[in-house]
Amino acid sequence: MDWILNSLREIITPTTAAYALAAIGLNIHFGFTGLVNFGQAGFVAIGGYGFAISVTQLGLSWPLAIAVTLLLAVGYALLLGIPTLRLRADYLAIVTIACAEIIRFTLNSSAFASVTGGANGLYNDYSGWITGANPYPQGLVHLGPWTFTSTDLWIATVDWAVVAVVAVGVFLLIRSPWGLVLKGIREDEHAMLSLGKNVNLHKLQALVMGGAIGALAGILYVQPTSVQPFDFASRMTFNMYTMLILGGAATVFGPILGSMIFWVVMRFTDELVNAGVDAGLLDNATQGSQLRFVLVGAALVLLVVFRPQGILGNRTELSFDAK
Amino acid sequence: MPSDAILIADGVHRHFAGVTAVDVEHVEIPRGRITALIGPNGAGKTTFFNLLTGFDRPQRGTWSFDGTPVQGLPPYRVARLGMVRTFQLTKVLGRLTVLDNMLLGSNRQPGERLRNALLGVVWKKQDRTDRERAREILARFKLDGKADDYAAGLSGGQRKLLEMARALMNEPTLVMLDEPMAGVNPALTQSLLGHIADLRERGMTVLFVEHDMHMVRNLADWVVVMAAGRIIAEGTPESVLSSEAVVDAYLGAHHDTDLRSLIEEDA
Ligand SMILES: Nc1ncnc2c1ncn2[C@@H]1O[C@H](COP(=O)(O)OP(=O)(O)OP(=O)(O)O)[C@@H](O)[C@H]1O
Ligand SMILES: [Mg+2]
Repeated sequence: MDWILNSLREIITPTTAAYALAAIGLNIHFGFTGLVNFGQAGFVAIGGYGFAISVTQLGLSWPLAIAVTLLLAVGYALLLGIPTLRLRADYLAIVTIACAEIIRFTLNSSAFASVTGGANGLYNDYSGWITGANPYPQGLVHLGPWTFTSTDLWIATVDWAVVAVVAVGVFLLIRSPWGLVLKGIREDEHAMLSLGKNVNLHKLQALVMGGAIGALAGILYVQPTSVQPFDFASRMTFNMYTMLILGGAATVFGPILGSMIFWVVMRFTDELVNAGVDAGLLDNATQGSQLRFVLVGAALVLLVVFRPQGILGNRTELSFDAK
Repeated sequence: MPSDAILIADGVHRHFAGVTAVDVEHVEIPRGRITALIGPNGAGKTTFFNLLTGFDRPQRGTWSFDGTPVQGLPPYRVARLGMVRTFQLTKVLGRLTVLDNMLLGSNRQPGERLRNALLGVVWKKQDRTDRERAREILARFKLDGKADDYAAGLSGGQRKLLEMARALMNEPTLVMLDEPMAGVNPALTQSLLGHIADLRERGMTVLFVEHDMHMVRNLADWVVVMAAGRIIAEGTPESVLSSEAVVDAYLGAHHDTDLRSLIEEDA
């Protein structure tokens, strides 16, 4: 019983919220515009590092630090998008994954360790703005069957508020004529050109917006913890794709549900494996953590077989061949 | 020769790795008329369409639309000038509804700009106008019953209709149709013919590619014949379709098609 309760607790953790937000951004790229971005982790890294460095090393106030970080993400998106978006779709995929890895290696390298902390990352000395405003009583807070530290719960509250605001904003954008143009581009760029739409401009706008949302997610992601370069590996991006598939790409709330389910399942398999180790069924924890990914993979296969459109997705939409 | 031309092209040359696809010395498309562009398979008709509308770049050549030079413009700018095309291989936006396809045909929607997207007051009115116009055009094309279906669920012929209907959302000056009848059943062909003739009545200029000679004879005011990238003849349907050079061009390319009998039987 504890397993299930512990797993369900993941639904509201700050990590789940940060991933949901980054996946909303990725969904603007992939689900709505059809842009294949394999480097969303790069935007999240820019968010986390940009904010942490702005606050701790440049001494900026938090609103300014957020502004600087988002501008940085916009610049990065333009840098990626302007040369590649006019080319075939595959180029964006290659360039985004390569640049995300370049960012991570650079942040990880000892050459810039005085600023980035190198492989050690950055100690959390930047979340005072959020924890300082904590209205919850100090110590442990009970919420239903779960117990949170006051700080964690407060950060989760702020994170989910941000997720809600962004999700509603994206929802309104997507149902506007601007959003319809994005979907049209996803379906057929040439048709859209023949109808007089500036396809490259719209793709660039989508890339910038989804990337900036990814960076905002990065800012949230590092608030409860320190900044670790390893967190921003490509696996982060692929986890987000898993979330999109789980929840239903091309729906506004799919990525949020996808993130919740993803982290619940991750935690659940973790608990399962630990129980196996305790019971002597598994040799050691290393073997166990590998098994965990096997279980997650199996769950994903089942989902794709039985509900290929994702949980919130639309089945008729999927029954047509793409294009 | 047409007196008033809406489109004038000069010295347009396009070759692909040694194969000359288009080599047009000079051509004029008469304003307010229906012009058929005919020629055997591989003559360069689609390539010429692609060049004129900015989807492909020629090695050299100039052309102007309504007095404005348009060579070198990106396709979306060409379309905004009022020169709208359809594709030989139909391009509908499959996972959007038929109505959404139509709405995207409109270029008057300010809500397509990011800065207006959240300001419903700026775009709601245009949205209503566009929806009304879309339903009206869909009704003309007998697609009104399909308005809320996904375009991917339409039949091949219905897609051709939708593509044409969508191109009309902006009241273009010049409509360029690449084989609008291909794959459309004979009953529907008759109504498509009517639609195209109707465009002329509404003051638009039509340039269409077609292989069916009955269609060309019935519909076109002017015929331009391409073969191996060149314009080999132009004139009224009667004069062009009885020309030896044209018949030879076709028979040279299709030994199994008895075009001569087709033309004679029709005449
Ligand atoms: N992208 C390309 N690369 C290489 N060759 C091409 C390309 N596009 C067209 N061609 C060649 O140019 C010539 C003209 O082709 P095009 O498609 O314009 O013919 P068409 O007149 O439209 O024929 P159809 O009636 O069969 O549609 C053909 O020989 C074709 O093989
Ligand atoms: Mg063709």
